[in-house]
Formats: sequence, C-alpha cells, structure tokens
Amino acid sequence: MLFNLAMKNLIGAGMRTWLNVFVTAVSFFMIIFISGMYDGMRSHAKQVTIDTEVAGGAYWHPKYDPLDPFSYEDAHGIPPKEIRDLIKNEKAFSILVSQASIYPNGRMIPVIMKGIESTQSIINLPTQSLMKEADGLIPVLMGSSMANYTKLKVGDTFAIRWLDANRTYDADEGVIVYIMETENFKVDMGTIWIPLARAQTMLDMKNEATYITFAKNISTVQENENWIYRDVNYLMRDMEAMIAADEPNARIMYAILLALAGMGIFNSQILSIFRRRKEIGTLMAIGMTRSRVVGLFTLEGGMNALFALIMTLILGGPVFIYFATYGIPLPIDYTEMGLIMAKRLIPVYTMGLFVSTTLFISFVVLVLSYLPSRRIAKMKPTDALRGKVN
Amino acid sequence: MSNNNIVEIQELIKQFPVGGGFFTALKDINLKIEIGEFTGLVGPSGSGKTTLLNIIGGLDSPTQGNVNVLGIDLGSSSHNKRATLRKTKMGFIFQSYNLLPVYSVFENVELPLILNKVNSNERKKLVEQAVEWVGLTNKLKSRPNMLSGGECQRTAIARAIVHKPALILADEPTANLDAENSHQIMKIMVCLNQELNTSFVFATHDEKIMAYLRRIIHLEDGQIVKDEQIKNPEMGEKR
Ligand SMILES: Nc1ncnc2c1ncn2[C@@H]1O[C@H](COP(=O)(O)OP(=O)(O)OP(=O)(O)O)[C@@H](O)[C@H]1O
Ligand SMILES: [Mg+2]
Repeated sequence: MLFNLAMKNLIGAGMRTWLNVFVTAVSFFMIIFISGMYDGMRSHAKQVTIDTEVAGGAYWHPKYDPLDPFSYEDAHGIPPKEIRDLIKNEKAFSILVSQASIYPNGRMIPVIMKGIESTQSIINLPTQSLMKEADGLIPVLMGSSMANYTKLKVGDTFAIRWLDANRTYDADEGVIVYIMETENFKVDMGTIWIPLARAQTMLDMKNEATYITFAKNISTVQENENWIYRDVNYLMRDMEAMIAADEPNARIMYAILLALAGMGIFNSQILSIFRRRKEIGTLMAIGMTRSRVVGLFTLEGGMNALFALIMTLILGGPVFIYFATYGIPLPIDYTEMGLIMAKRLIPVYTMGLFVSTTLFISFVVLVLSYLPSRRIAKMKPTDALRGKVN
Repeated sequence: MSNNNIVEIQELIKQFPVGGGFFTALKDINLKIEIGEFTGLVGPSGSGKTTLLNIIGGLDSPTQGNVNVLGIDLGSSSHNKRATLRKTKMGFIFQSYNLLPVYSVFENVELPLILNKVNSNERKKLVEQAVEWVGLTNKLKSRPNMLSGGECQRTAIARAIVHKPALILADEPTANLDAENSHQIMKIMVCLNQELNTSFVFATHDEKIMAYLRRIIHLEDGQIVKDEQIKNPEMGEKR
C-alpha cells in the first residue's frame, strides 16, 4: 500500500521528481565512474608489474635484498639443479644484479645493472634487442625515463664502471641498443639492462644469478638449496602497500562524492517535508498513523534513489561500457613521477563495484530519507494542518 | 454512554502553552451529540471552534476532562488508536479543501479506502458512488489544480464520505466559496446526513451554513454560551 502511494506521489510530482532523480543519478554516475577509474588504475598497475617484472614469482639468492644495494655484492651464485632445469626448459630465466656507475656526457650516475637472458619471453621486456651486434661494446637497454634523465639516445656510447667478484673495479664502454617505453618505473628509472652472459663475464660470475624469475603456473621446486621462494604476493607487496597508502585518498574521494549525493537527497527530503506539511496533516486527519507517514516519505526518498540508479545505468551504462572498452586518454605521462599509469586508462567496472556501490548508497539514501522524515513523527497533526512545522 | 451519543464531553478544558504560561482556549465544556445530528459550533473568531473540533477528531488532546467519541475515550487512547478511529469512522472537511495536489479526483477520494485496505473493485464502486453524490462524475481524472473551489470542496466531501463514516467534522467548509457554491455544498451535506444518517459537526461563523443547521452550539471565549435546537431549519426556503 505504502509502495503504491509513494509511487503515485513520485510519478504525480512529474518534473520535480525527475529533476531530483537526475541530480542523484549524476552523483551515482560520478561515484561509479571515479571508483572505476581508481580500480582501473590499481589493476593496471598490478598487471603491468606482473607483466614486466614479476611473472609467476622468483627464487632469490639467500643474500639478495633488493632494497639494500650493498647486498648485491654477495648476492650471487649458481642456482640449484632443479631451477637450472626450469631455465633450460625456458620456464624461468636468470637475472644477475650488481651496482655500477655510468658516465654519460661526463656525468657520473649510479645505476643498478641487471644482466638478463636476452632470449627470455617470460616477462614483457624487449630483451631481444640485447642480441644486437654492438662491435664489442656492452649492449645496453634502458627505459625512456632513464634515457631522458641521462640524455642518452640509441647509438650513444658511455663508460660503465662496476665492481667484479674479486672486488676490483673494472670499466668498459657501453652502447644504447634500445630505449623501451614502459609504464613500470621499477624497470626503468635507475636501471640498465645488459645481456646476462656479458654481465657474468664482466663480473666474473660464470653461470651465476641473483634471482630467477619463473613463468606463471610453475610448481615450486623441492631442492632449493636455501634459494628463497618468492611468490607473486610477496613480490607485489610494495605495490599493494602503495595502493593501500592510496586507499585513504580513494576513500576521501568516495566520501566527498557520497556527501554531495547525500546532501542533495537530504535537502530535497527536507524541502519536500516542509512543502508538504499540510499534506502530512491531511494524511494524519484521514487516519494515517505517524509511523506510516514517516514510512511513506522514507520510501519516496528510497525510490527516488532507485530511479536514480536505473537512470544511471540507462544513461551512464553506455559511457561506462565505452570507457571500459576504449579507455580514457590521460594527458600527462606519469611514469617519471614514479607512478605506474597507462597512457590510456582503462577503468574497471566490476559487478562488485556496482553491487557494493548500490548497496552502500541505498543504505545511505534510506538513512538520509529517514532522518528528515522522522520529524514528521514529532509533528502535531493540528500544526501540520495549519502548515506549521515545529 | 448512551448508545445514541456519538460525542460525549465532560468538563473539558484545553490550554495551550504560550510564552511562560497558558492560554485557555476551551473551558467547562459539557456536550453531547447524538447520531444523525447536523450541528454547528458557532462563534466569533478565536472562540475555540476549531480547537473543539480538533479535539473531537482526536487530532488534539484535552488538557482536562473526558472526551468520548464513538465509544472511545480519546483522553486515554494512543495516537495510533485515534488514527484508526479517524480512518474507519470519521471524515474531515477543511476550509482549504486539503486535497493531495498530485492525485486526481478519483485518487483523492480513493485514499481513505486504500488506508482501510478495501480491495480495488470495491474501491472503484465506492468512489464512483461518492463522486456521484457530489456530482463530479465527469471530473474523475482531473487534478485539483484544474478544478474550481466548489469542485474541490465537493471532492473533499466525497473523500470524507466515501468510507461511510459515522461522523464528519467540517471546519469552515464554505469559507472559501461563493454563495452559490456554499449552498450547493450544504445541500449535498444535508442530503448525505438524511440518506446515510451520517452525523455532521461544523465549525463556522458563516450565516449561510447556520441556515441549514438543526442545532447551533454558541461558543464565546472558549465556553458554550448557548445551545439551541432548531425545529425547522430555513433551508427549505433557500432551496
Ligand atoms: N496551537 C496553539 N497554540 C496557542 N494558541 C492556540 C493554538 N491553537 C489555537 N490557539 C488559540 O486558541 C484560541 C481558539 O482558537 P481556534 O482556532 O479554536 O479559534 P476559532 O474559533 O476556530 O477561530 P476562527 O474562527 O478564527 O477559526 C485562539 O485564541 C487561538 O489563538
Ligand atoms: Mg477556526
């Protein structure tokens, strides 16, 4: 019964209802749109990291600590047999990490030098470019941000100096064979990539590696000889931490949008109660109990939101689908700011986002419709009939 | 309470809080109204007509005294109980019609039946009947803003009568209407009173209404100063 009355009231109010609904729908659209962008950013960042860096996981030399460059000196060795078999079957590949300095145009820049199997196809880095003949120079691959920073172009040569296994300094000439565009700043800034075999020779670490990255869906090896198994979750943990650190921002954004939507609803509800107080008095005189009148107004507010949601899906749905398919072009390149960001951001609109947004907003809307309506329960019918609100 | 009394009021006092003290709007009211009466509360502005009518309708509560309406002691009953009493056995007519603006004539008249959970076939029948009594059959689909004042008040009468209540309370029902419409509306109500034996209590200072009343209760400063029975209301002449 209340439902029918509420429906009649909303439809009957015509334009006013639809304007309200539209305003609420715009807020819903923004909430879903921005949440989708956030989710898209995060899932993109994760995916890029897995794609260009992590793959299925890794085995680390027991002394390897990526955050402590001084650990690199000792963090190398010949991987255990089972892992070597994986490498042989192209299910894994070695990376040999060391500290080095490069001297482009007379400047000295400390870098992390990574020797990588140039034939690998497990992570998405253009390592084949390292197979290029370089006239005996050390072929170097680097990211575009690093190239920008060092002002190096393909074909430029520069000195590289490193500490070998015998703790003596060596130097040789390197040449840029390829500059890669990558969204993962961790394989770009401060890093140079050279062929694994060359690195092993330079460092005097034949067949040795610092860590082994393996392909997805590879079962763990039994005999790991203290090499540390790092799964994807572990390797992604700074990523997750970054996302978690960003969480409050996302929440604030969400809260602001929700507050905007909520204020609209709250406001229109208060207005509607004020404008319709005589109607409220009449309903009471006709014999509606106060709680039912409260219920009626709350329901109207709730249905308002429901209409808004339907409107959002109908009007906003195609927009969501378009962006989810073609992405949103981003005007700025964020790679240099240490962010993993796509040039075209593909927002992610999951069922979960829709459902959770809907449930949450519905709850908020019901509360926001109920709170002002509660005043009705305090109204005296005689006052309401005279158009007074206490 | 005798079976014939639809309203019984003893020693009623109604005070409103004003400023720090109280304003006594009604005092020493003793009153009995029988089934089928066509009664008016008459008096100057501020004499307490509306206040008394609201108390009889259970919209306001007495400060002191007993008010028994349709067998229910209003002083001791809950909001919900009073709402139920209004819903099932009372009808209200207001000076400014108080129709719901977004509802059609049909929907306005139907409302009390919806509240009383009457099924939709029965509702349709009863609404059509009530609308016919007030002569608005051709306006069923109109919204209040498309109706004249007289038509609005006729709609309100239909809404008040549609669930065949025992008692109708009408506060200045003709105050916003011209003479012709006032007479038309009073005639409708006299008719309903006679055919359905519905009791009517008016609050008014409109001479035109008084001509139709069979009992006039004069109020002054919140007190009943005169209670007169009228044997032959003048309405015959004015018809
Ligand atoms: N809620 C209230 N608070 C304070 N005083 C009130 C309230 N309601 C009515 N009164 C006072 O009680 C007195 C009687 O009011 P009431 O509305 O019953 O008069 P009335 O006879 O209907 O007058 P009118 O012919 O102008 O409608 C008036 O003096 C009014 O100011
Ligand atoms: Mg009055």
